[in-house]
Amino acid sequence: MSSSKESIPLKQLRKTPTGIAGFDEITGGGVPQGRPTLICGGPGSGKTLFGMEFLVRGARDFDEPGIFMSFEEKDNDLVENFTSLGFDIDGLVTQEKMAIDYVHIERSEILETGEFDLEGLFVRLGFAIDSVGAKRVVLDTIEALFSGFPNEGILRAEIRRLFRWLKDQGVTAVITCEQGKGTLTRHGLEEYVSDCVIFLDHRMIEQVATRRLRIIKYRGTSHGTNEYPFLIDEGGLYVLPITSVGLTHEAPTERIPSGVPRLDTMLGGEGYFRGSSILITGTAGTGKTSLAAHFASSVCSRGERCLYLAFEESESQIVRNMRSIGVDLKPWMDNGLLHFHATRPTLFGLEMHLVSMNKLVKDFKPAVVIMDPISNMVSVGSPAEVKSALMRFIDSLKMEGITTLFTCLISGQHQDLTEIGVSSLMDTWITVQDIESNGERNRGLYVIKSRGMAHSNQVREFVLSSDGVHLVDVYVGAGGVLTGAARLVQESKDRQFEKEREEEIERKKREFASRKLAVESQVSGLLAELSAQEKELEKIAHEEAERKIMAERELAELARQRCAD
Amino acid sequence: MALSGDNPLMGDEETAPEKHYELRLYVAGQTPKSMEAFANLKKICEEHLKGRYSIEVIDLIENPKLAKGDQILAIPTLVRKLPEPIRKIIGTLSDTERVLIGLDLRPRKS
Repeated sequence: MSSSKESIPLKQLRKTPTGIAGFDEITGGGVPQGRPTLICGGPGSGKTLFGMEFLVRGARDFDEPGIFMSFEEKDNDLVENFTSLGFDIDGLVTQEKMAIDYVHIERSEILETGEFDLEGLFVRLGFAIDSVGAKRVVLDTIEALFSGFPNEGILRAEIRRLFRWLKDQGVTAVITCEQGKGTLTRHGLEEYVSDCVIFLDHRMIEQVATRRLRIIKYRGTSHGTNEYPFLIDEGGLYVLPITSVGLTHEAPTERIPSGVPRLDTMLGGEGYFRGSSILITGTAGTGKTSLAAHFASSVCSRGERCLYLAFEESESQIVRNMRSIGVDLKPWMDNGLLHFHATRPTLFGLEMHLVSMNKLVKDFKPAVVIMDPISNMVSVGSPAEVKSALMRFIDSLKMEGITTLFTCLISGQHQDLTEIGVSSLMDTWITVQDIESNGERNRGLYVIKSRGMAHSNQVREFVLSSDGVHLVDVYVGAGGVLTGAARLVQESKDRQFEKEREEEIERKKREFASRKLAVESQVSGLLAELSAQEKELEKIAHEEAERKIMAERELAELARQRCAD
Repeated sequence: MALSGDNPLMGDEETAPEKHYELRLYVAGQTPKSMEAFANLKKICEEHLKGRYSIEVIDLIENPKLAKGDQILAIPTLVRKLPEPIRKIIGTLSDTERVLIGLDLRPRKS
C-alpha cells in the first residue's frame, strides 16, 4: 500500500541545515547536501566564521561530524579565535566530532620539476574524513594553493577534480574563496561550483559598516535574490531572513492590557490585541515614554517578558525618570523579565540594527517589544528605508505573536504626520497632544485608530502624577473642551452650582416640612372641635331620653292617683 | 627558508662531499608518475650522490597519516630531510637541472 515512492513524493534537492540562524530560512533548508558550496567574500567578511559555524553546529546540533581544512590559519589560532565565539572546538575535537587540519604551504620550500597532482591533499582529506566519519567538510581558503604552486593549469584541473571528488565522497562541503577585483573569486573558482554560490559582503555606507549576504546561485531551488543583512556577534553569524516574512501571521483575539486602566477602557474595554503593533505619537515631552513604561511594567507584572529597545535614553535614566511617576521598573529588570537594550541609532547601520534587534528577540523571547523612539532611526537611513526596515521587523514579530509598541516623536501640530510614515503599519495608533490654553500646557490623549475593536473617539486628559499616568475626562460643556486648570476651575464652578442647587432643594424640603407641620396641627384642632360638638350632641340626646322616661313615669303616677277604674 | 650565501656547505657538491642525504619520496600508489619520479630520483642520486644517500619511499595510500607530517599535498613529492633545511621538490623530477638545484647540488641562479 505505502510504497517507497510515496514517502518521497518529489525528487527534491536535499539540503543540509547549516544551523546558522536565519540562513537555513532564506535557503529553504541550508546548503545542498553532498555537494560543494562556495562562500566568497572580501577580507573580514565572515567566510571562515561561516565555515566554522557550519561545522560546529553540524557536529553539535545535527550529529554530523566535520573536517575543517585550513590553508590559512593554524589550528591553534582557529580554536582560540572561535572559542571566543562560544564554540567549544577543543571539546568537539576530543569527542572526535570534528577535526582541524592545517595545511601549510610555503612557496619557497617547493620546487616544481615535472608533472604532479594533488593526490596528497586528497589522501590527507580522505584520511581526515574517515577518521571522524565526516559528513561536512570546510576548505578555508582553497585559493591559498595558488600561491603555493606555480603551475596554475595543473592546479585548476586538480581543484576541479577535488570538487568532484568531494561530491563522490558524499560530504557536504563549504569552500571559502577570496573575492577578486570585479569577480566573485580571485581565481574564478565559482566556475567549478555549479550548485551553490554565496557571497558575503562587508561594506561601508556613510561610515557605517553593514554586512550583507547574497545567494549568487543555488541550483535546483528557489531562493531570494535580495541581499540579506547579517550580523557577527558573540554567538556567531545571524542572517536576517527578509523574504521568509510574509503576510501570513495569525491574528490572535487575546487582549493585553495597556497598563493604564482608563486607556483599556478607551480601547474597547480590554486593551490592545496581543501580537498587534501599537504606535504612540506625540510632540516632545508629551509622555510617550511614560505610556511605554506603564505598558512594560504591566507586562512584567503578569510574568511575561518585555524587551525595551531604547534609542534616546539610557537604561538607568529611564528607570530613574519612570520612578518619578511611580513606575518602578527595577524589580522587573532584577528578575530578568525586563531587558533593556539601549543603543544610539548611529552606532551602526539600519540593517544592522534590524539584525541585532531580531537577534535580541530571538534570544530573549519576549512577549512584548518596545522601541522608544523609532523617530530617531531616521538619523541612520532615509524615511523609506526606515519604513521598510520597520515593516520587516514588525512582520517578523507578528509572526511570533509578539506585541510591539513604538513611540514616535512628531513635530508640529499636524498630528497625522509621522516622519517615517509608519502609521499605516500600525494596528493601534494613540496620539498624545499638547493642548495649550489659558497660559498653560496640558496633554490630551486620543486613539486615532485601533483596528478590530470599538475604540473611544473621546479626547482624554492625560495627567502624569507621582502615582502614574491617569486619564481624566476633559470638561466638555458650554465653554468648549477644557483641560488642566481651566477644567478644574470649570469643574469647581460646576460643583458650586451643584451645591447651590442642593441647598435650594434642602431649603424647600424644610419649608415643606414646617408647612406640613402647620397643616397637621390645624387638622388636629378641627378634629378636636368636631369631637367636642359630638360629645355635646350626645349629652343633649341623653338628657332628652331621660326627660322622656321621667315624663312617662309622671303620667303613670297621675293615672294611678286618679284611680281610674 | 631563504638560503644564506655565507653557508659554506652549500652551493657546490664539491664543497660538501661528506654530507649524507636523507631523502623521502612520497607517492600515492604505483602510478606512472610515481614510478617515473622514483626512476628519475634513483638516476640523479646515483650520478651525484653515490654512496651518501638514502631514499625512503612512502606510499600515502598505505600510510595516509604521514601526509600531514611533512605537509604533503602534491604527488609525487621529494622531501630532503637531511641535510637541513628541509626542501621539497614536487613533480616527476624529470628536469634534472632543477632537481639538482632543489637538492642544493647546483648553485641557484638568482
